[in-house]
Amino acid sequence: MRKFFEGTLCGFLNGFFGSGGGVLAVPILEKEGCDTNEAHATSVALIFALSVVTALFYGFSGNLDFAGAWKYIPYGVAGALCGAFFLKKIKSIWLKRIFGGVITAAAVRMLLV
Amino acid sequence: MMEAIIGFATGILASMGLGGGFILVVWLTLFAGVGQKAAQGINVLFFLPIAFIALILHLKNHLVNKPLVKKMIFGGIIGAVIGTLGSNVIANDLLRKLFALFLIAFGLRELFSPNKSADNQQSDDHNQRSRTD
Repeated sequence: MRKFFEGTLCGFLNGFFGSGGGVLAVPILEKEGCDTNEAHATSVALIFALSVVTALFYGFSGNLDFAGAWKYIPYGVAGALCGAFFLKKIKSIWLKRIFGGVITAAAVRMLLV
Repeated sequence: MMEAIIGFATGILASMGLGGGFILVVWLTLFAGVGQKAAQGINVLFFLPIAFIALILHLKNHLVNKPLVKKMIFGGIIGAVIGTLGSNVIANDLLRKLFALFLIAFGLRELFSPNKSADNQQSDDHNQRSRTD
């Protein structure tokens, strides 16, 4: 039952913000016994399924811009191939620190603008 | 050119479950003049093929914990429906501010959370030391 509600929370975030369900899913999956790499991979599986639902509902409400997304998808696919390949090898701590700094700065700007 | 850089960086991080979607949404809303809800829609669409490819590779590497996915998926779908409907009813500006707060919480955690691999290393060293003692 706990896992059901943990899933609900991830799904809610992913639906509400159209992103970010994974960053909540990873620590939850680690708490449920996954090691780090397994948690990251499993979060992708979970959020993929949830994003299908989210995309359908966004589509119903007219918030889907296929042409806008298509501009980024081919580069994203290349990135995904690299990322999935490196997930088994990389020490992600430096990646997390840099990314955390960039995102925090961007978010502060979002609040101010 | 920026589309290539942003798409590639988002793809790498998203495929690893590190929150790559944030890059794309922030880029679209702060620099490309896209509204918050439209940016979120683009990110969801973007994520589908990326996640699909990453998922195939993760499955091949036996990194996906399927029993856990099964236990969390039903609640997840209900949450996704509620979240999506919620984002529809609130104003774009408010959604954007809430999103920024969510990002700050995430960013600070990434910046200051303890380095788990270093901790493991330390406890390994410690165990080794106690054994040699």
